[in-house]
Amino acid sequence: MKILITNGRVMDPRSNTDGRLDVLIEGTKIRGLYPEGGGPEADRVIDASGCIVIPGLVDMHTHLREPGFEYKETIKSGTMAAVKGGFTTVCCMPNTNPVNDTMAVTRFIIEKALKEGCCAVYPIGAITKGLKGEELAELEMLARTGCIAFSDDGRPVTDSLIMRRALEYSKIFNMPVISHCEDLKLSEGGVMNEGFVSTIVGLKGIPNAAEDIMVARDLLLADLTGGRLHIAHVSTEGAVELIRNAKHRGVKVTAETCPHYFTLTDESLVSYDTNFKVNPPVRGVKDVEAVRRGLKDGTIDAIATDHAPHHVDDKNVEFDRAAFGISGLETAFSLGLRLVAEGILDLMQLIRKMTVIPSEIMKINSGVLSEGADADIAVINMHKKYRVDSSAFLSKGRNTPFDRWTLEGVVEKTISRGKVYEWD
Amino acid sequence: MFRSKDLLGIKELTSEEIYHILDTAAGFKDVLRRDIKKVPPLRGKTVANLFFEPSTRTRTSFELAAKRLSADVVNFSVPASSVIKGETLKDTALTIQALGADFVVIRHSSAGVPHFLSRIENISVINAGDGANEHPTQALLDLFTIQSHKGKFRGLTAAIVGDVTHSRVARSDIYALTKLGANVRIICPPTLVPAEIGKLGVEIFDSMEKGLRKVDVIMMLRLQLERQGKGFFPSLEEYFNLYGLTAERLKLAKDDAIVMHPGPMNRGVEIATDVADGPRSVILEQVTNGLAVRMAVLYLLAGVKK
Repeated sequence: MKILITNGRVMDPRSNTDGRLDVLIEGTKIRGLYPEGGGPEADRVIDASGCIVIPGLVDMHTHLREPGFEYKETIKSGTMAAVKGGFTTVCCMPNTNPVNDTMAVTRFIIEKALKEGCCAVYPIGAITKGLKGEELAELEMLARTGCIAFSDDGRPVTDSLIMRRALEYSKIFNMPVISHCEDLKLSEGGVMNEGFVSTIVGLKGIPNAAEDIMVARDLLLADLTGGRLHIAHVSTEGAVELIRNAKHRGVKVTAETCPHYFTLTDESLVSYDTNFKVNPPVRGVKDVEAVRRGLKDGTIDAIATDHAPHHVDDKNVEFDRAAFGISGLETAFSLGLRLVAEGILDLMQLIRKMTVIPSEIMKINSGVLSEGADADIAVINMHKKYRVDSSAFLSKGRNTPFDRWTLEGVVEKTISRGKVYEWD
Repeated sequence: MFRSKDLLGIKELTSEEIYHILDTAAGFKDVLRRDIKKVPPLRGKTVANLFFEPSTRTRTSFELAAKRLSADVVNFSVPASSVIKGETLKDTALTIQALGADFVVIRHSSAGVPHFLSRIENISVINAGDGANEHPTQALLDLFTIQSHKGKFRGLTAAIVGDVTHSRVARSDIYALTKLGANVRIICPPTLVPAEIGKLGVEIFDSMEKGLRKVDVIMMLRLQLERQGKGFFPSLEEYFNLYGLTAERLKLAKDDAIVMHPGPMNRGVEIATDVADGPRSVILEQVTNGLAVRMAVLYLLAGVKK
């Protein structure tokens, strides 16, 4: 089966390609790129007029919930949501039940994804057994089975010695240790950002310092050990500055943020809408500005979704009791495009932060659109407007704060390993 | 006059609405002085008291207010533990709707719960205290009491003393007093100052000696005894040493200053017994005024088209 994508603007950040080209897919691979109209005969021709044709997006921070929380999301539904959002690769966090801290769970995820998934799924293994922060999981066995990074995401590794050992030991595999930075004592009981808004809505706040302290600690430990540290979901001005300084000092650190941290402020919480409840919390205006600056100057390498789907019963409760998290796969790219519209990133930079950079951090082959690469491609109509409708999400998690927002950038088609996904 | 079918907080009210409630309450206070204290405006209406936190005073006050207006009253006392076992807030909301109540008076330990319930159509939600957010009828009865002693708000200085961080009463009082032009001070240990509260236009003091000087109104807050051992202050004794209202400290205020407390009091923790029972205390008056204010709120909300 040969598929030719024609009439589109092809952009590939790794090769800095940006031009009107035809892309030929054969089977699961990209066979070649040709000048527009110069592509060979194919079994199917996809007309990408008015669209960008880019590498399938890579999400380095996804919660697929399976095994254990299939009522929130499954590998099947989560990857369907992924391709709907233009993603063809997701890296799934280990806070499942059981936790992905053994080869058996890793193997289960990989096999289930091959059988039922719509896109590439790379598991992230736990740093510590049971995410308890007490002793290291068997990192070699996890790595051998297919884990590509380690994280206790959802929880920090509270014990500094264990975190030191994780950063040291993971050097054997040259894999990143992904840190969820939160001082649990400072954040205890908190459900939103601490500041003026938390004062007027009467909800317990989580201060920026809860994040900054752990970012500072982990940067110091990365410096001490030479291990590869990746900071997840950066939300504060302080974290951005700490990471920037550490990078200047030569610390091996990378960082990601998520669309909600460059889009929303804690002002949104005045409605007590639990779809805005996320950890770390959406912060103040200064933090949003700092995160945007960090994206612009490269301090923040990547944009990830932290896709955290929840069942409506976990959200339609008292704010204090509602689950943390946002279902993000299906809105991420459109929210990223807002940064392009505002001149914070150029389009190629945005695509780079959502494709080849996360791939490089994870040391996987995804996120590339060139001859011989996997046929993972997103065809996106950049300027087409649409209204977000959470009830139409393919994710089981309808927990989005962006419901009914008007956004630009419709994913017309996603091609995942040569298979074309398209929607009405 | 009233724009909303609900009373969720003082934040949402205009100063005109506040004055309208106070004026209406004055009428009901007269009713309460009569021999026959019952009037008919809410005949045939049902008020559901839904208390997810223990409360005797506020619940009783609402119950009596509703009964004085001839409404039928049902009381649900739901200990938080049974909620954790099963019934969700959504189910509670559906139950209230199915019961056909016209008013729900809600107290809950979680901020925002009244807002959640206010999405139910055809029912007026009255916030009787939600987490650390608001307790609007307390602030209204405080205003009513201040007005009856001082006659005005503009130019007055009120000091709110105690655990402001965890206090919905403090927040509602701050909104209420600042909307009506009073100066508001808060006096509390720096461990109990809410983030950026200065933006509400209050002055912040960590010392009674400085904060009480020349004030017209002293509003003491109840100190939740379970706060000790959480690092906010080393001991109740030390708390009283620094922030307890004593007769000596009361002298710093104006000679005609009044002393208020939302109750129930911890004597010897936040307030000395001789002050609580002394001539400047208006604490029992607050309780009586609470009844009139809650009657006014029920009455006015009943008149809002739903």
